[in-house]
Amino acid sequence: MSDLLYSDVELSLRDSVRAALRRHAPQEATARLYDDPSAGSSAAWAPLARDLGLAGLLIGEDHGGAGASAREAAVVLEEIGRAVAPVPFLTSAVIATTALAAAGDETFLPSLATGDATAVLVLPWSARAGAWQAGVPGADIAPVAGALDADLFVVPLAGDNELELRGYSRDEVEMTALTSLDMSRQLAAVRTNGDGRLLLGGASATQAVNEALSCGQALLASEQYGIAAWCLETTVDYVKTRIQFARPIGSFQAIKHRLADLFLEVTQAGAVARYAADTRARGDADAATAQALAQAYCSDIAIRAAEEALQLHGGIGMTWEHPVHLYLKRAKADQLALGTPAAHRADLAELVDLPA
Amino acid sequence: MDNARDVIERVDDLLFQHDPGRLSTEEFLGARFDAGLAWVHFPEGLGGLGLPRELNAVVEERLVEAGAPAPDVSRNGIGLGMAAPTLLAFGTEEQQHRYLRPLFTCEEIWCQLFSEPGAGSDLAAVATRAVLDGDTWVVNGQKVWTSGAHNAQRAILVARTDAHVPKHAGLSYFVVDMSDPGLDVRPLRQITGEAEFNEVFLSGVRVPDADRIGAVGEGWKVATTTLNNERVAIGAGADREAGQIGLVARRWREEPELRTAAAHEELLHWWVEAEVTRIAGERLRQQMAAGQPGPESSAMKLAFAQQAQAITGFALELDPDAGLLYDDWTMVRSASASFLGRGPGFRYLRAKGNSIEGGTSEIMRNVIAERVLGLPAEHRPDKGVPFNEVPR
Ligand SMILES: Cc1cc2nc3c(=O)[nH]c(=O)nc-3n(C[C@H](O)[C@H](O)[C@H](O)COP(=O)(O)OP(=O)(O)OC[C@H]3O[C@@H](n4cnc5c(N)ncnc54)[C@H](O)[C@@H]3O)c2cc1C
Repeated sequence: MSDLLYSDVELSLRDSVRAALRRHAPQEATARLYDDPSAGSSAAWAPLARDLGLAGLLIGEDHGGAGASAREAAVVLEEIGRAVAPVPFLTSAVIATTALAAAGDETFLPSLATGDATAVLVLPWSARAGAWQAGVPGADIAPVAGALDADLFVVPLAGDNELELRGYSRDEVEMTALTSLDMSRQLAAVRTNGDGRLLLGGASATQAVNEALSCGQALLASEQYGIAAWCLETTVDYVKTRIQFARPIGSFQAIKHRLADLFLEVTQAGAVARYAADTRARGDADAATAQALAQAYCSDIAIRAAEEALQLHGGIGMTWEHPVHLYLKRAKADQLALGTPAAHRADLAELVDLPA
Repeated sequence: MDNARDVIERVDDLLFQHDPGRLSTEEFLGARFDAGLAWVHFPEGLGGLGLPRELNAVVEERLVEAGAPAPDVSRNGIGLGMAAPTLLAFGTEEQQHRYLRPLFTCEEIWCQLFSEPGAGSDLAAVATRAVLDGDTWVVNGQKVWTSGAHNAQRAILVARTDAHVPKHAGLSYFVVDMSDPGLDVRPLRQITGEAEFNEVFLSGVRVPDADRIGAVGEGWKVATTTLNNERVAIGAGADREAGQIGLVARRWREEPELRTAAAHEELLHWWVEAEVTRIAGERLRQQMAAGQPGPESSAMKLAFAQQAQAITGFALELDPDAGLLYDDWTMVRSASASFLGRGPGFRYLRAKGNSIEGGTSEIMRNVIAERVLGLPAEHRPDKGVPFNEVPR
């Protein structure tokens, strides 16, 4: 059976990531990205990538990385969700890194491991494993997450007769920033310029892309859990202190029951996200099911938690000033990212033999 | 039937004598008001004809056919939907004559100075004080979440005129001139990026006693009328597919590539919900006839908010690549308020306010449970306690 808890090492990783995010990615700075996207993510990301070694967490030690597993990456993502941090950990250190590793890359991984370079897999952010379309050279691919601060662009392109996975540097692509629902992970339209460099072709390139996307899907659930956990905790704190009708609003049973229900859902989301990370880390036969299950569940719970948080804060929840909107926007974008819950339920239907 | 024919004749007469193509919107709406066709269930001389309420639909249909301009609800929803019926119910004749016409023509935009930092759901706990000085009230305090205060010429205000009695008994209701120098209106930005609402500081604002609506100490009764009308106004939507569901339905029809079996199920689920609520709302309006809406309007507002939120969320899932984008985050002070405006991302975020503004969905449920179903009330520690003795 899966280990659904956290090891001591994982707990101490959590502590240091949480402390670093508090210092380098405060919510106020993330809120400012909506008005001034040019600030980008680098200020928050550089210290995490380098000092904490998060950029190379999933990269093998032979390439200068930490050689950690999806379990540790999931812990990092829980904290990133909890902080709505605008950092490219998921897009670069998880998805693009997995694609490069699957492609047997030797050239780029070492500079990714040190945090000197940031990479992105160039596909629409709604793509999911087994359901994506390769780009066409010279045509816009959009909307792509994690591209704006990237140095290395890993692009699945429709070649003459087979899929090609090509690498491009920053000056070999043209990029347009897109105004995004979630500016803590701003999207862009990316088009290639020239031939770049062939990383891998054919069926194994398709497999590398699918591998990268499923890894992203499995771990996105942990970010969603982190979002939901912050929303629940923040709301519980608020309803204890907000007084209406001469009582704390948390003393109304209507609110207690709502939060009890939400607690149940958030707890379940945490368990299923952990299961997806652990099965992935061990290459367990149930990994694909676990991942579809986690996405089908956690996407909606993150949104529900953010919506409940907004509602139970009343008018303040509707304001820009309160951070809950950052979580709502991230949760909604995360639900659309890497396949909607409906798409994951469809995947699950095949995996567990419940055909339509 | 006779009434309907009579009303149609009057509309045709109005259109004949006041060609909407030649008049300004204000002039035409003024003529419509004077012809008693603003709201036919109001008395003669106050924009009405003393006829049954449902004939308003006949008037509106005829005017729409003729391409005549209508009052802009997105700019003056509070005036049209809330202040007008409250003035009709509680205003003096003099107040009604002074305020209703420019309100209807939208020459005067209204806002609602009810909520305060410490008094939202518990509106009766407002702490803004009004003290009588000769024949003028002097008002001090702070209001919050005031939609459109930056565009308004007039406000409806609930303030405390007696702190030595239990909270509901010490309130009075006023009309405030928004050009008073004691008012300070500051924008509050919403999650959409826009600042539709404001915080409003009142320091020594002077309100003539002639602008008090209802008796001193009867502010709660007046405010309840306003709120019941607000709940009807927020939930209103007379035509099939008039609300959020219509926007999604249109996309569904126009963009077959978005269709999936799962989305189809969901679309039809919400279509049924929206249509059922529309018909139930229509029945409620018929029951209301010429009277004022009661607590039952809370059920409609509750359903409206749930649907608006679910449907706008679904609209983003229908087209994920588009749903991930947003039109514009620039902070602007909104000129008007529309739930159906801008892009799908805006509508999704703005709909979150629907279950808070005009009384939260939780309060709607309490109203249904306690005032419609007659269930025993929650324990209220401040019940019967003079306002100034309630610890806070
Ligand atoms: C977009 C928008 C526009 C608005 N425009 C105006 C305006 O123009 N003028 C104006 O005066 N006000 C306006 N409001 C304010 C609105 O009426 C209040 O926000 C609302 O009444 C809730 O009050 P609050 O914000 O203080 O929340 P609170 O009352 O503090 O509520 C917080 C949470 O507690 C819940 N709660 C409170 N009491 C109970 C209870 N007894 N049982 C169960 N749950 C409870 C609420 O439902 C909510 O979820 C607007 C609000 C919004 C969001």
